[in-house]
Amino acid sequence: MDLNTPLFEGQLVYLASIKPDQDAEIESHWTHDAEFQRLLGKELVRLLSPAQIKKNYTEIEKEMDEKGNQFYFTIRRLPLSERAEAVHGAVQDSDFLLGFARLDWIAWSHGVGSLSIGIGNPEERGKGYGSDALRLLLGYAFRELNLYRVCIAIPEYNQIALRLFEKAAFKVEARRREALHRKGRRWEVLHLGLLREEWEQSEWRTMWAQI
Amino acid sequence: MENDVGSDLKRGKLMSKPLFQGELVRFVAAEPQLAAGLFAKWMRDSEFVRLLDTDPARLLSVDKYKEWFEKDLVEEQKNDELFFLIRTLEEDLTIGLIGLDGIQWVHGDAWVGIGLGEREYWGKGYGTDAMRILLRYAFEELNLHRLSLSVFEYNSRAIRSYEKAGFVIEGRARQFLNRDGLRYDMIFMGILRDEWKER
Repeated sequence: MDLNTPLFEGQLVYLASIKPDQDAEIESHWTHDAEFQRLLGKELVRLLSPAQIKKNYTEIEKEMDEKGNQFYFTIRRLPLSERAEAVHGAVQDSDFLLGFARLDWIAWSHGVGSLSIGIGNPEERGKGYGSDALRLLLGYAFRELNLYRVCIAIPEYNQIALRLFEKAAFKVEARRREALHRKGRRWEVLHLGLLREEWEQSEWRTMWAQI
Repeated sequence: MENDVGSDLKRGKLMSKPLFQGELVRFVAAEPQLAAGLFAKWMRDSEFVRLLDTDPARLLSVDKYKEWFEKDLVEEQKNDELFFLIRTLEEDLTIGLIGLDGIQWVHGDAWVGIGLGEREYWGKGYGTDAMRILLRYAFEELNLHRLSLSVFEYNSRAIRSYEKAGFVIEGRARQFLNRDGLRYDMIFMGILRDEWKER
């Protein structure tokens, strides 16, 4: 791993900016899947129109610009292969929006930040896109932003996310009991953390370095 | 100053009191001019700032703080945060602030923040008393299900106070803080409505 190791290109996906017009249409569609919003966490499950989502994008970019303590990326699929490009058309394929990856609540003086990742379309989950995006986001947090630690909050019922983050060497650090009320019962919010040194020693990073 | 004698009786006594009043302190509305003047004074105490939150200590004008408070308390009046000033019953002196933010009405969870800017009142039960008022308000008036807070590992006085009020430790974000070149944990504490009721 050196200065030439790309920050934004993974094996399956790449991190990109928001493309407001086309992304808002897709993300609006995602909000119609209540499960996606529940998996992400505590936010109110509701339907959002493309216009509302475009306004959120404007807010996100404004905050990125003015406050400088958050970084938002879209996750897009890399072209599968030359052949696939010939069949599907490369531009369309590489533009395909899979989800988002963000780092926020960065406290620069302590070198800490919080992250979140979501793959919006249920049919695209379980294909390794989230892992690949997480690997890129951690690389960005530690190699580019020089953070000391990152954390994430996961609802107890999102076991897939829990497994993914544990695989990436995150440790469960706190359980806020009964902090979520969904589907008629109470659930814990799990807080996970990863220190730079743990990331440096993790298998994941080695895998990453070999790419 | 606290005793364990007849906690039910004692609660009965508290219940008969006004909602925003405890044994040592009461809550008053945060009027922007007053809050800004006090806050500017308290923020000069760097130890206070380092106990209060993760932001770097810095100095802003009273006008700037007033602008913040005007925006928060008067213009926006957001539905997911509330905060009050803490005033002593005896001298009628404003000694700190307390409030809730990130209130999740759907889940019944909120984050507590408290700070006593006047150092002479540290370690004497004033903060604990204020916290008890806030707990009663959160559970009996706002009908929340639980409260959360985060506190820094080196703030053992605050941890003791929160434990006295009924909070339990739910975990710790390892090495979250960097102060004078040393790393410290940030501790998560929480209290459930049922735990509060049993006290």
